[in-house]
Amino acid sequence: MRVADLKTMAEQESAALAVFRARLLVCYSAPCLAAGADAVREALEKEVAGRGLAADVQLVSTGCLGPCSRGPMVTVSQPGQADAVYEKVTPETAVAILDHHASQGPPADGFRMSPENPFLTRQMRVALANCGLIDPERIEDYIARGGYGGLAHALHELDPSEVCFEIKHSGLRGRGGGGYPTGLKWNLVRKAPGAKKYVVANGDEGDPGAYMDRTLMESDPHRVLEGMAIAGYAVGAEQGFIYVRGEYPVAAQRLDKAIKAAERLGLLGSRVLESNFNFRIDIRIGAGAFVCGEETALMASIMGLRGQPVPRPPYPAQKGLWGCPTLINNVETFGNVPDIVSKGSDWYAASGTPKCRGTKVFALCGQVENTGLVEVPMGMTLREIVYDLGGGIPGGRAFKAVQTGGPSGGCIPASHLDTPVDYEGLQQLGSIMGSGGFIVMDDRSCMVDVARFFMEFCLDESCGKCVPCRAGTVQMHRILTRITQGKAGPDDLEKLEALCEMVRDSSLCGLGQAAPNPVLSTLRWFRDEYEAHIHEKRCPAGVCRLTPSEGGER
Amino acid sequence: MPVVTLTINDELVSALDGELLLKVIREQGVKLPTLCHLDGLSERGGCRLCMVEVEGIHRLQSACTTAAREGMVVRTHTDRLVSYRKMILELLFAERNHVCAVCVMNRHCELQDVAAKAGVDHVRYDYLATGLPMDTSHERFGLDQNRCILCGRCQRVCDEVEGAHTWDVMGRGAGSRVITDLNHPWGESRSCTSCGKCVQVCPTGALFNKGVTVSEMEKEPEFLTRILEGREKKQWSR
Amino acid sequence: MPEAEAPARKRIATAWLGGCSGCHMSFLDLDLRLIDLLAAADLVFSPIADIKAFPEGVDLTLVEGAVANEENLELAHRIRANSRIVASFGDCAVTGNVTSLRNHLPVEELLTGLYKAGSGSVPRSGEGAEILPELLPRVLPLHQVIAVDAFIPGCPPDPDRIWAAVTALLDGRPVPSVEGERTFG
Ligand SMILES: Cc1cc2nc3c(=O)[nH]c(=O)nc-3n(C[C@H](O)[C@H](O)[C@H](O)COP(=O)(O)O)c2cc1C
Ligand code: SF4
Repeated sequence: MRVADLKTMAEQESAALAVFRARLLVCYSAPCLAAGADAVREALEKEVAGRGLAADVQLVSTGCLGPCSRGPMVTVSQPGQADAVYEKVTPETAVAILDHHASQGPPADGFRMSPENPFLTRQMRVALANCGLIDPERIEDYIARGGYGGLAHALHELDPSEVCFEIKHSGLRGRGGGGYPTGLKWNLVRKAPGAKKYVVANGDEGDPGAYMDRTLMESDPHRVLEGMAIAGYAVGAEQGFIYVRGEYPVAAQRLDKAIKAAERLGLLGSRVLESNFNFRIDIRIGAGAFVCGEETALMASIMGLRGQPVPRPPYPAQKGLWGCPTLINNVETFGNVPDIVSKGSDWYAASGTPKCRGTKVFALCGQVENTGLVEVPMGMTLREIVYDLGGGIPGGRAFKAVQTGGPSGGCIPASHLDTPVDYEGLQQLGSIMGSGGFIVMDDRSCMVDVARFFMEFCLDESCGKCVPCRAGTVQMHRILTRITQGKAGPDDLEKLEALCEMVRDSSLCGLGQAAPNPVLSTLRWFRDEYEAHIHEKRCPAGVCRLTPSEGGER
Repeated sequence: MPVVTLTINDELVSALDGELLLKVIREQGVKLPTLCHLDGLSERGGCRLCMVEVEGIHRLQSACTTAAREGMVVRTHTDRLVSYRKMILELLFAERNHVCAVCVMNRHCELQDVAAKAGVDHVRYDYLATGLPMDTSHERFGLDQNRCILCGRCQRVCDEVEGAHTWDVMGRGAGSRVITDLNHPWGESRSCTSCGKCVQVCPTGALFNKGVTVSEMEKEPEFLTRILEGREKKQWSR
Repeated sequence: MPEAEAPARKRIATAWLGGCSGCHMSFLDLDLRLIDLLAAADLVFSPIADIKAFPEGVDLTLVEGAVANEENLELAHRIRANSRIVASFGDCAVTGNVTSLRNHLPVEELLTGLYKAGSGSVPRSGEGAEILPELLPRVLPLHQVIAVDAFIPGCPPDPDRIWAAVTALLDGRPVPSVEGERTFG
C-alpha cells in the first residue's frame, strides 16, 4: 500500500459510511457486556432485519466509550448531526432508539445522556479519540478516521531526528507513571550505538482499578500499533513487542487481529507504505505479576527470564532487550503519538500545562456518581474531575480523599482538591499521577485501612529479590493490621514510619520504593486517624473492628 | 580504560572508569557489608547492604552494581546508611527461622557475622516463625529453607560456574523459595552434578553437608576465585 | 560515717523465664568476680537465691529466657514495673531462640497427642489448674512484651561479656560493644 492508497481507502470508507441514515454504535467492552450489551445488540439486529433496514442502518460493536457505570451504552451517529449517547439501554429502549433515529419515532430522551453533561463536554479525547466510535476489529474504521496518516507523514516527510524533535516539542511525557519526557527518551535510543534496536509497548497495567491501557488496546488497537511503528522509524528499530497483561485476553486477541490486518495492507512488516522501513510487532503475554510492568522486569520477561527487576543504570535505552538499545513506553504514551505527528506538535502542546502538555486518561472509580474512563487536559483540578466529570459523591456524603497512582500513589485530602493535576502537582502532595488510577473516597473510608489494603497488594506483588521490599512490606503490613485491629503499641507508629523511609530509600526498583507511599501520604494528611486507632482504640470512620489486647498476641 | 577520580568519605580516590564502586571502596579499607555479592559471581544488588549515598543521586545506590564515575562523591557510613543496614539485617532475622543456637553454621555464618559487626543486638520486628520444609533427599547435601536469605548465590554459582542451572527460585515476595530443577527433590535432580559449589557459597546454614551437627559446618566461598583464576590460567590441578 | 552518706548499695536481680538456665550457669562462671559483684550490690531476687516474690526498687534485672507462658508474662510485667534497668540476658530473652522453635509447630495438637490423649502423664494446665501455667499462643522475645533497656546476646553469653555488661550498666554506661567480641544470634 502506498500513501495515496491510504487516502483513497479513507475516502471510500467515509463514503460508504455516509450512505447509512444512522449508525448505531453498541459498546461491547466488559462493563457494558456485563450490563447486558449482548441482549441490546441482539434486539437491534432482529429489529433491523425485521424492518428491512439493513441498507439504512449500520450496527457496530465498538470499544469503550467511558461512562462505564451507565452501561449498556449506545451511541447514534447520523450525518450532519451531533452524536446522541444513550445510557442504561435495555433491549426495549434499544428498539425505541432505533424507532426514533431510523423511523421518525418519538425521541427516546429519557435515556439520552444530556449533550451538556460535563462527563461528555469536559473531556478532551486524544488517545481515546476513537474509542467507542469505531469497530476495533476493522482496520478500515481506523483508517477512515485518519488512521496511519501519522505514520505515512513520518515516513515520507520527516527524517527520524525530526520525528524525535516533534515528540520532544509536543511536550509529551510518559504516561506509565514516571512522566519522563518521551521525546528525550526517543532521542536517547536513536543516538545509542547498536546495530539492532527494539521498541516495547508496556501494556501490563497492574494497578488495581486501572483500565486505561486495556481500553485503548481493546477499543483502538491500531492507534497503539501506529504509535509503535512511528517510534520504530524514529529510533531505528525493526522489531517491536507489545507486552499485554495476561488478564487481558480480549486486548491480545484484538491486537493480534490488528497486527495481521496491518501487515496485509503493508502498514506493518517489510517496506512499510512502500518505504525502506521494516517494522514487525509481536505480542508477549504477561503471567499476572505486577512487577512485570517495571521496565527491566518486563524486558526480562520478554526474554523468557524470571520477571525480576535489575538495577538501573544501565537504562533500557542503553542496554535493553538482549543487550540492545530499547525504547519502552506505555501504551497510552504511544496512543498520543499518531495525532502528534499528523496534527503537529504545536497542536498537542497547546493543551495542558507548561510542564505537562496534552491529556491524561483516568479511571474514575470509588464513591463518585459517574465512574468510568475520562480523558482530560493536564492541569484540570481534582475538584473538577471529582465534581464536574464525576458528578460528585453519591448520597450527598462528604468527600474525604482521592487516591491516585494506585499502590505506588497516595491519598489527597479535601483541602487540596483545587490542585491542578500534573506530575509535579500530585508529587508535592505525596501522591503521584501514576498510570491514571483515581479512586474517590467518602467519609466512610478509613485511611489506615486503605493504607493496609495497598500494603497487602505490595507485599503480595513484591518480586522478592531485594530484602527491604520483600521483608519490609510484610512487617509494615503486620503493623498496619495491628493498628486496624486495635492491637498496636505506642511505639508501632514510629516503627512503621522508620520502615517506610528505609523501604522507600533502599529498595531496588520502583515497586519497593513506592510501596510506602500510601502509608506516608495517609500519615501526612490523616495522622489523627492512626492515633485514634492506636491510643483510643477507635476507628473514626467506623470501618475497623477493634479488639484491643494486652501484648502477647503477635 | 580511562582513570577517574572520585571522593569516598571525603578522601580522593582513583579508579578505572566503570569499575564497580564496591571494589573501589573496599580497596580503600572501608568495610562495607554484603551478603548477596560474592567475588567470582555476577552482581545481583539484592541484599542492599552495600548501598551508599552518591551526591546528586536521590536514591541510594548499591555499590556492587554502581560504576565509578569521574567526580562522584560517595559516602558509605552516614547515620542513615548505618541505621538502614541494621534494619535490613533485622528484617532478615525476622523473616525465617534463624535460631542460631541449633544451626550447623552457628559461629561460621555470614549473616551472623555481618549482623554482629553492624551492631545488631536485638530485632525490632515480628519473628515470622516459618515452618518451611527441608530437602534432605540428596545423598551428600541438605537444604533448610528456614535458613535461606534468598541471596541467589547458589543459583548463580550453579548457572555461571558449574553450568548446570539446577537451582532457581519459585514464587515471589516473601513466598519465594529456592528450588532444584522444576521443584523436584534435590536427590532426584537430573541436572545436579553433586559438585557442592552451592553449598560452599551459601552464606548461612541453608545449604549444608549431611552429617554435620550444630556449629560444625564451615564453608570456604573463596574457593570460587581460586577455581576461576585456575580456569583462566588453564591450571587444572593444584 | 553516718548512714546517709554511704554510697547506696545497688540492688540487682536475675530472673529465669522460658530458657534452659544456661545463661545463669554462665553467670555463675563469673567465679571470683561474683564476690566483687556482691561486694558492690545485693542480689535481691534470683533463681539461685530462695526469694519468693520479685521485690520493689531494683536497679538492674538480668532476664534470662523468652516469654512463653502466663507466668513468664506476669513476671515480666512485674520486673518492668519494679526495675530501673531491665536487660535481656542471653539469646532466648533477646531473640526467642530455642524456646521459640515451637512457634511454627501445632502446639495444641502435640500436647493432646503426646500427653492428654497419649501415653505421657497429663500436664495439668488450663483453667483451674495451678500447677502449670497456660502457654501463650506464641513465644516472644522479652522486648516484644516489655520495654527493655539493654541486650546481652549469646547462647549463653560468655562470662567476660556478662561482666563487662553488668559493670557498665551498674555504672550507668551502655553495654560496651567491642567489635570482634560482638556476636548476634
Ligand atoms: C512496579 C512497577 C510497575 C509498573 N507498571 C507499569 C505498567 O503497568 N504500565 C506501564 O506503562 N508502566 C509501568 N511502570 C513504569 C515502567 O517501568 C516504565 O517506566 C514505563 O513503561 C515507561 O513508559 P513511559 O515513559 O511511556 O511512561 C511500572 C513501574 C514499576 C516500578
Ligand atoms: S523493590 Fe520489590 S519488586 Fe523491586 S526488586 Fe526489590 S523485591 Fe523486587
